[in-house]
Amino acid sequence: MGRGQDWGRGCAVRRAVPAGPLWSCRAVLGEGHQRTVRRVAWSPCGNYLASASFDATTCIWKKQEDGFECITTLEGHENEVKSVAWAPSGTLLATCSRDKSVWVWEVDEEEEYECVSVLNSHTQDVKHVVWHPNQELLASASYDDTVKLYREEEDDWVCCATLEGHQSTVWSVAFDCSGERLASCSDDRTVRVWQRYRPGNQHGVACSGAEPTWKCVCNLSGYHTRTIYDVAWCHLTGALATACGDDAIRVFEEGTGGTEQEPSFSLAAHHLCVWRALVTLHCSASVLSTSVEAEPSLRKRPRVSFSRHMSLMARAVFPVSFLE
Amino acid sequence: GPGGAAPLENANPLIYRRSGERPVTAREEDDELPDIIDDREIFDMSVQPRSAFLNPTHLIRSINDPEHPLTLEELNVVEQVRVKVNDAESTVAVEFTPTIPHCSMATLIGLSIKVKLIRSLPERFKLDVHITPGTHVSEHAVNKQLADKERVAAALENSHLLEVVNQCLSARS
Repeated sequence: MGRGQDWGRGCAVRRAVPAGPLWSCRAVLGEGHQRTVRRVAWSPCGNYLASASFDATTCIWKKQEDGFECITTLEGHENEVKSVAWAPSGTLLATCSRDKSVWVWEVDEEEEYECVSVLNSHTQDVKHVVWHPNQELLASASYDDTVKLYREEEDDWVCCATLEGHQSTVWSVAFDCSGERLASCSDDRTVRVWQRYRPGNQHGVACSGAEPTWKCVCNLSGYHTRTIYDVAWCHLTGALATACGDDAIRVFEEGTGGTEQEPSFSLAAHHLCVWRALVTLHCSASVLSTSVEAEPSLRKRPRVSFSRHMSLMARAVFPVSFLE
Repeated sequence: GPGGAAPLENANPLIYRRSGERPVTAREEDDELPDIIDDREIFDMSVQPRSAFLNPTHLIRSINDPEHPLTLEELNVVEQVRVKVNDAESTVAVEFTPTIPHCSMATLIGLSIKVKLIRSLPERFKLDVHITPGTHVSEHAVNKQLADKERVAAALENSHLLEVVNQCLSARS
């Protein structure tokens, strides 16, 4: 930000070129898989990279001085592996596949990987797995329209919750920084926010035994015009970002109008990728920043004006939070 | 497929007459004006390439049925009236009608239509291929598969399936 000397041109959304490092390609790992590589994930320590492929395997790559070496290939899924995720502890890994299963793997100090559980709870293709930010709790999203949660119980993993409500494939899930909430996005063009209620909670939400209940507290409907493929929850600002098949990225912020039990989210920014509006997610700071040139305004927050196409879609002008 | 000994699912399909060629308009002749893609264009796809983007060589209407030596148009599986194009919004929706409600080829036919559109249209187009409501017992399941771009992409990595789709899309003399 801060480059905006083009007042008066108004509608242009330009990239403020940062005076930062240039990206260069350090390695091409072309020999590991025989089919599409669908997902990659860094281990929490940063020394390992996992890659999930349509060839039904997951490769584990170890960082070397001069590149990466595939130290092991996790086999077992019957067909395309769709996602892989490391638990924050770094000792657990989860994979999921079109074969409807979720696998949990454990890795020891000798870099030996062992499958500790095969979870067959979903009835269809599993699209995504993600770990809870600070507990050994796993979430999965599926073509069967549900989100499932799993935890360890007496040396085995069990499905401890099923979140129903979406009307079509759930493509992705994301936990908020506290882990008390989860967001899911779907082919049904909605984003749902789920809240965890523990047994004995003050809000009268019933629980089954000692198991917490996850209740849908917010349904963001009517914003997206096509399938929503991904959702990301910023652990710093609490903002929700979505990736949609209608070529737009949307950012939602929780408004002050709601309560914890009935939060209200409103659309904070609406950028259509067609215009190459760069909305960058800085992984280290986990902050969403937008680089736009804005018209000066008497308001405290700069007003962002959009090009004619966008004004056809979104009459309102959404304030965008800029970061200093 | 052709040459097999197994009986056809639908041995006596109704055959519909092909629609004629449509007259070329002055606007279409003008190379300066961008081509607007409309319903007939999608249905037709028979026009000679007029712009750098469009390079269609086949017709949706002349996609071959996997089982019979007939085109989808001749079997009324596709009809121009069931093709909806919005060029300004870059969307194309095609409804197709399987010849019988239990047609096991429905997914394959839908996939062939989808592939034909993907290969023929500019990238900006969002495609929706689904079964005409009420005409197939598994319409929801088939529609869901066709709408899942990951499933479609993964399926097309299967060389055998790709071969079958390409056969449906190949021109028959």
